[in-house]
Amino acid sequence: MDEAKLKQARMFIEAIPHARALGMRLDAIGGGAAELSMEWREDLVGDPRTGVIHGGAVSALLDTCCGAAVMSHPEAPAGTATIDLRIDYMRAATPRQRITARAEVYHITRTVAFLRATAHDEEAGLPVASATGAFTVERPKGGAQ
Amino acid sequence: MSRPKPEPVHLVKGRRDAALRALVSGVPYIQFLGIEFDRRGDELTAVMRYDDKLIGNPLIPAIHGGVTAAFLEVAAIMELSWTLLWEEMEAGLIDLTGPETVLPRLPKTIDFTVDYLRSGLPRDAYARARVNRSGRRYASVHVEAWQDNRAKLFAQATGHFLMPDREE
Repeated sequence: MDEAKLKQARMFIEAIPHARALGMRLDAIGGGAAELSMEWREDLVGDPRTGVIHGGAVSALLDTCCGAAVMSHPEAPAGTATIDLRIDYMRAATPRQRITARAEVYHITRTVAFLRATAHDEEAGLPVASATGAFTVERPKGGAQ
Repeated sequence: MSRPKPEPVHLVKGRRDAALRALVSGVPYIQFLGIEFDRRGDELTAVMRYDDKLIGNPLIPAIHGGVTAAFLEVAAIMELSWTLLWEEMEAGLIDLTGPETVLPRLPKTIDFTVDYLRSGLPRDAYARARVNRSGRRYASVHVEAWQDNRAKLFAQATGHFLMPDREE
């Protein structure tokens, strides 16, 4: 992926209002893979007894990361949308730790991209969550169909 | 033979509304997304008021897929917690109207699968969940979300949950 396209991807992610609301940061992108992270925040807590971040916030990070990975694929889709996303929650994310999602396109057709993704907190090893998803591949208007 | 007098309606409503408020207001992330719950008897409808920060694609514009997933998950967890709470509350086993309310533990999500049917429009969204199975340890919950037309869902999801321990 060339510099111009990388910059465009960063701008695209940072222009997403909800990505901004969650404080997402694009750490790496290219070749159908992306890495996106966000900080633990008090207002994202799902269980006030434990301070564990809500699964929904982790879902939002994983979904955005998958979308970014599709956009960075060499086949250059003009856009993408989630068809389905399944998330397995393996363990509670440690409160006050940054969450990092990594997603990759493991197969792409003319119309659909298939993805795998994981989310980790700052402890290496078992992910907090893993996801599989199917995303649409939008072709540029007037381009090859 | 005389039947016991039915409980005054304001007491019944007060108790149920207080329990629901206690359950919802304790979760910061529900406030962050601006989700509220309408109650008709024991039926809950989750309402997510439109806000610009919920947008995922500014060009269309459409609600972020992650927001949709989160909204459905919040609605599913609340329905399951509410179902558990309802029985205990109606049996008079717990009182959530007092100032020192101890909330029941929340179920934990095992997995959650979201089916995106159409793009979420920039307006209010509604969701209703149904507990299809609730055992001692596991529960399966289905949830549907719509906007303008109840019959035209924009997303649906199924999730499995680990039930909270009954005793502390």
